[in-house]
Amino acid sequence: MPLFNANNPIVKWVDYRLPVFSFADAHLIDYPAPKNLNYWYNFGSIAGIMLVVQIATGIVLAMHYNPSADQAFNSVEHIMREVNYGWLIRYMHANGASMFFIAVYIHIFRGMYYGSYKSPREILWWMGIIILLLMMGSAFMGYVLPWGQMSFWGATVITNLFSALPFIGEHIVTWLWGGFSVDNPTLNRFYSLHYLLPFVICGAVFVHLWALHHRKSNNPTGLDIKGPQDTVPFHPYYTVKDILGIAVFGIFFSVFLFFMPNALGEVDNYIKANPLSTPAHIVPEWYFLPFYAILRSIPHKLMGVIAMGASIMILFVLPWLDTSRVRSATFRPVYKQLFWIFVVTCLVLGVVGANPAEGIWLWIGRIFTFIYFMFFLVLPIVGWFERPRPLPAGIAESVLEKSGGGSSGDEGRAA
Amino acid sequence: MGRFGKLVAAAAIALAAVTTAQAAGEQAELKKVSLPHMNPFGSYDFAAVQRGLQVYQEVCAACHSIEFLAFRDLNDTGLTPPQVKAIAAEYTVMDGPNDDGEMYERPAEPKDRFPLTFPNEQAARAANNGAYPPDLSLVVKARIGHENYIYSLLVGYADPPADKELADGMEYNPTFPGGQIAMAAPLSDEAVEYADGTKATVDQMARDVTTFLAWVSEPTLVERRQLGIKVIIFLVIFSVLMYAVKRKVWADLH
Repeated sequence: MPLFNANNPIVKWVDYRLPVFSFADAHLIDYPAPKNLNYWYNFGSIAGIMLVVQIATGIVLAMHYNPSADQAFNSVEHIMREVNYGWLIRYMHANGASMFFIAVYIHIFRGMYYGSYKSPREILWWMGIIILLLMMGSAFMGYVLPWGQMSFWGATVITNLFSALPFIGEHIVTWLWGGFSVDNPTLNRFYSLHYLLPFVICGAVFVHLWALHHRKSNNPTGLDIKGPQDTVPFHPYYTVKDILGIAVFGIFFSVFLFFMPNALGEVDNYIKANPLSTPAHIVPEWYFLPFYAILRSIPHKLMGVIAMGASIMILFVLPWLDTSRVRSATFRPVYKQLFWIFVVTCLVLGVVGANPAEGIWLWIGRIFTFIYFMFFLVLPIVGWFERPRPLPAGIAESVLEKSGGGSSGDEGRAA
Repeated sequence: MGRFGKLVAAAAIALAAVTTAQAAGEQAELKKVSLPHMNPFGSYDFAAVQRGLQVYQEVCAACHSIEFLAFRDLNDTGLTPPQVKAIAAEYTVMDGPNDDGEMYERPAEPKDRFPLTFPNEQAARAANNGAYPPDLSLVVKARIGHENYIYSLLVGYADPPADKELADGMEYNPTFPGGQIAMAAPLSDEAVEYADGTKATVDQMARDVTTFLAWVSEPTLVERRQLGIKVIIFLVIFSVLMYAVKRKVWADLH
């Protein structure tokens, strides 16, 4: 479905010199996408839109924010009270970070469920993990900028993790801080990096999409695209579906943004940073809680840091830990169980991370940290003994089967 | 979700229930106050905000500052510009330097912020037996329990139980974490004489001050909710339309 006239002389002139029109046609319009993608596949485009929202609101905030230990907190209140719609921009940015993580976490779980990390999409998967790591760095440094109590003490706790490294740890921490405690130099460099990283994320997203468009999307059956009968052009089929997903997600976002904008934050961050007074409980933002729980469940500081790092790094080798030749969990009865145990484990670790590391919480944290890593360790074995259910002949056949046996009314599956 | 998954999920829910129960801790349970703006679609009771301002000025301001509140902000509470100007004129602020390089005092104007009660934390502590009365600009957003906490604290003063040891100069208030607080009970019946004739009971004043401080903490709440309703209505209609478009576009594939 051409959106522009390829015979228009101006289009031809430009396209001959810089193929923007051919590029748009190949990647946004005629790009062949599997015809059976369900609504779980919407979260990639939703995450992309959230990145745009974060950059757009962030640039406006940067026009009014003052990155100095004396004025940072005051300038945030200036934005909230005196800048026209400053409250809207700031709440969009603060809640937008959470929405970005929600979209990305669902996107990652979807990739795990349908085996999207498996050959030939390993580098696509790696780029996704790199984006997640960049997001974490960016979110952490962004949370420091309002210079409230949780900003300051969160920054202190997290940067101090590097002191666990033998010999050089203390030096690295001093170097990160730009001094002997979290102070003005720390705030300034975090601000600089917080502005930089989103553009690095954009670059990583470009490579992520490059790899995606080279090998094309996976799909709920996990089967390869065998021919044109398996695909539909991206436009209008998935443009309209992605806009629908973004609109519905926008409603969810708006409920937080307009009616409970501080629900995902910590009350202590409305108190100015005070290096002389430590909050009773130092808690990171919700999207870090599972990793924080893993960190604290290990009694040894360095080992805790290593376990926390490993909990994400292990995702890089997931394509090789999974030895099954079948991609989609739909046809893998044992892996499907494991997947849901893994999802619940992440949620439980999140709850554990929000609670003080003592008493029963410590033990729940340890048990579920163990389960978290066991998931990855039993995967190679599962691939050997699991008996996959019979696979459909192809993507097109699976769609026909569904609508033929149909009347399920499940729009997502039929789509 | 698989069978094992369900089992683990059930365990997780049970666990969450235990957490909530544990969270209470060493602090008395907060009294629930019901103020119009605490309803998700509610607005501030601006008569109460104005009464709360009066209580703040006559009682709280002796120790507590509100550094982010400007006199002109009071225009949003239903006070007229001349009234706001008159309130501002009751205060003096430091300005300058003038052409001679001197700092000078002048009556406050609507553009100014409420002057600080103490020039710095040390001065505040010196005047308050070592305790630091926090700034109240964001206090409702900065305390667990929000409005309920402020209200409960203000009406929570009581005679200490026989077994409670209070430190020198401390008051018993079970709402405050730890049970003892340096602030003496600030409110007593008829502590202020309300301009609008409302009877100034402790409960009434506590509600009014809580409403006032909620407004000071989040002055854009009403505007935010009004915009939110419009945005959500738009997005719901847009989503329904896009769903219809999606159905139509995909119809030839089904």
